[in-house]
Amino acid sequence: MTTAPPTAPKNRTMMRPATVKTSRKKSATWVPPLLVALGIIAVWYLVSYVFLDEQRRFLLPPPHEIFTDAFFQPDVISDIMVALGRTAVVALVGLAIAIVIGVAWAVAMSQARWIERSTFPYAVILQCIPILALVPLIGFWFGFDYPARIIVCIMIALFPMVSNTLFGLQSVDKGQRELFQLQKAGRWTVLTKLEFPAALPAIFAGMRISAGLAVVGAIVGDYFFRRGEPGLGSLISNYQSRVQSAELFAAIITASLFGVVIFAFFGWLGKRVVGKWYDFSAS
Amino acid sequence: MTIAAPAVAPATKTDQLLNFQDVAMTFPNGTTALSGVDLTVDRGEFVTVVGPSGCGKSTLLRIASGLTPATEGVTEVDTTRIGYVFQDATLLPWRDVQANVELLAELNGVPKAKRRVTAKEAIDLVGLTGFEKHLPKTLSGGMRMRTSLARSLTLDPELFLFDEPFGALDEITRERLNDELIKLFTEQQFAGLFITHSVSEAVYLSTKVVVMSGRPGKIVDTFPVDFPFPRDPEIRFTAEFAELCGKVSHALREGHH
Ligand SMILES: Nc1ncnc2c1ncn2[C@@H]1O[C@H](COP(=O)(O)OP(=O)(O)OP(=O)(O)O)[C@@H](O)[C@H]1O
Ligand SMILES: [Mg+2]
Repeated sequence: MTTAPPTAPKNRTMMRPATVKTSRKKSATWVPPLLVALGIIAVWYLVSYVFLDEQRRFLLPPPHEIFTDAFFQPDVISDIMVALGRTAVVALVGLAIAIVIGVAWAVAMSQARWIERSTFPYAVILQCIPILALVPLIGFWFGFDYPARIIVCIMIALFPMVSNTLFGLQSVDKGQRELFQLQKAGRWTVLTKLEFPAALPAIFAGMRISAGLAVVGAIVGDYFFRRGEPGLGSLISNYQSRVQSAELFAAIITASLFGVVIFAFFGWLGKRVVGKWYDFSAS
Repeated sequence: MTIAAPAVAPATKTDQLLNFQDVAMTFPNGTTALSGVDLTVDRGEFVTVVGPSGCGKSTLLRIASGLTPATEGVTEVDTTRIGYVFQDATLLPWRDVQANVELLAELNGVPKAKRRVTAKEAIDLVGLTGFEKHLPKTLSGGMRMRTSLARSLTLDPELFLFDEPFGALDEITRERLNDELIKLFTEQQFAGLFITHSVSEAVYLSTKVVVMSGRPGKIVDTFPVDFPFPRDPEIRFTAEFAELCGKVSHALREGHH
């Protein structure tokens, strides 16, 4: 009638095959993208050297020139790094604000049906309007410096936060809700002890998407405004107009890498916080 | 937590914990799940309800727990200490066993030190000692159900509602949990209202088996069961047991128009 207590060594033996499996899985996930990268570089060289004659090679400079003519040029790399710093500030501030607004908005909607009904359509509209067309207007309204760039960034990064958080809050299991209801738990208790923790995986998934978008947002505003201290957007715009294609590619690659880094950071953070009980690979 | 004398209809305490008179339930969409249900659960009783799928058994428990009000009839429940075990364990996946078992006490504002002790006792009672730090996803189905049982036990319930708690478990685990439940019933002195699809489980566990008809659910028959507690697993193989199971099955088939 009684059950035996667990024995620690049993778990130990269970652990081992699991770790082997994960490391194998890890290498398996890294190899295909690497092959794709090699393929892309090969095609790139092919286009640069075979399809483009010398006068037109600037359209797609061979990959190594991006290093020799841009990344390895002290003045170029320092321009890019300084610009990256400014863009990073805009992206991170914009992302932070988007996260706060997104979560707060979604919580408000989950608490009152009428707030959801009256404001969710605007979240969707925000997602659908061509932000690019609005960018100049935002410049007129808010000036062309950091605040305007941050606003563009927020507008682009907000929707995934709102929709993911709302989805997470509303997808709480009915049985779990009733469990709380039976103890006559108040709204605040249900929110903090049930809905919010249950929504965390969705919130982190939203953060990952928003993080990538925030980088795009930070660059887009700056790209159009080209005022104030130049960020990566202004830099890209300048390189474009001066047809400095190696530098242009270097700036674009830097921007992408930065996006990937903060995307990966939020993936890691999500795993740290909820990975213990939530299996992200399932989604 | 002392072992009680056989709990069959103690003559000293016959007060009713639950009294349903002519209860009916019609949902807003027009579905009538229950009609004319009369049911009582006294202290010391363990009442099991069997009935065809969709006849309103879960609805009956939801009404008893206060989750949904009945649309007609008298529903008296003479206690606020109600335990409710759902068909699935409904554990919070981010909480370990200890924290899950503490949940209800926590929601009722019991101070931390006290609820830790209560939870520990409940965990010991269901045989999960040593698993306090485990997260639900690392537990087997049976262990999750035990955690869910322990969680309700912390309320020290007078009336314990079970909605097919062992339906998803394999036969061996189910029989084992049946025995543990009987042990809890005799030790903790709650009254039980238990729903199941399994006729033998119903007969094995209860002091009274109630058979419901198909929707709208009505009570078509009631069978007292008077094997002594704690029950000997061997009674499952006796002729008396088989005969009673036969009668219940028969009533089920009759009621299932
Ligand atoms: N909220 C609701 N609104 C409308 N109909 C409902 C609702 N809840 C349950 N029902 C209906 O009432 C009937 C009884 O449901 P209930 O869940 O009580 O059945 P049950 O006997 O527990 O079935 P099972 O054995 O499959 O668990 C079913 O036909 C169901 O579809
Ligand atoms: Mg049911």
